[in-house]
Amino acid sequence: MSWSLLFFLLVGAVSLAAALGVVTSRQPVHSALFLLTNFATLAVLYITLDAQFLAAAQVIVYAGGIVILILFVIMLIGGDTNDFSAAQRAWSRTVGMALGIILLLVISYSALSRMMAPSEDTAALLQGGTPEAVGIELFTKYILPFELVALLLLVALIGALVLGRQQEGASEGIPSVKANE
Amino acid sequence: MVETSYYLVLAAIIFTVGATGVLLRRNALIIFMCIEMMLNSVNLTLIALARQWGNLEGQIFVFMIMAVAAAEVAVGLAILIANVRHRQSINIDEINLLKW
Repeated sequence: MSWSLLFFLLVGAVSLAAALGVVTSRQPVHSALFLLTNFATLAVLYITLDAQFLAAAQVIVYAGGIVILILFVIMLIGGDTNDFSAAQRAWSRTVGMALGIILLLVISYSALSRMMAPSEDTAALLQGGTPEAVGIELFTKYILPFELVALLLLVALIGALVLGRQQEGASEGIPSVKANE
Repeated sequence: MVETSYYLVLAAIIFTVGATGVLLRRNALIIFMCIEMMLNSVNLTLIALARQWGNLEGQIFVFMIMAVAAAEVAVGLAILIANVRHRQSINIDEINLLKW
């Protein structure tokens, strides 16, 4: 067994365990921290796949931005609502598990049935996803999608602002959010 | 060099875990995290296939997905907060106003 395969198995196992932790944790805060672990291990896997720029972006955007945002919201609204009790049908867990297993089988079958071994020369052709290579591609061939993404982020920013605003007594700000908890 | 199919299987398993979490959990925040996890497993697939075929377009796609995921998180969490303000609940079973 080569070292790279061993490394992949270790990191993949951690990633999978973190993914299971997200689903099975009772506290949303624990779920968020497991999610952080999952994102970090995926960033490591990106490096092994020659995607250095995306590994950095993964850490910055997901681990640094999205998880922190989720943690902030958990702190704002108090995530300790017990979701295992209310209106949970008895059969829903079994059905969910069965559907999950079916999904896994279907995806694995469709992914593996037509997958050949990676050829060494195409990997050499890729030259790695360094910031330079990705940036050149992004700012020449894909400049229009890039600008559209900027527009999308602006719309999302304004939308989040409008949705998150206090409806009445806008000047009260954060204290009234706390009072609402 | 690790085979691409290993990455695909790992991504498939993580995606399944996320999808099962969406089915099983009732806390809207955790459902949200599961959706993020599924997006990430798809990103892993795209990057693995970008290496497999030796071009960068998969990685460009992942970049766009990251931006869309960031936008989705911002708007989704704002919706959650607005909902908590009105209903004092993030249990997905109680958010059923649009249910026919």
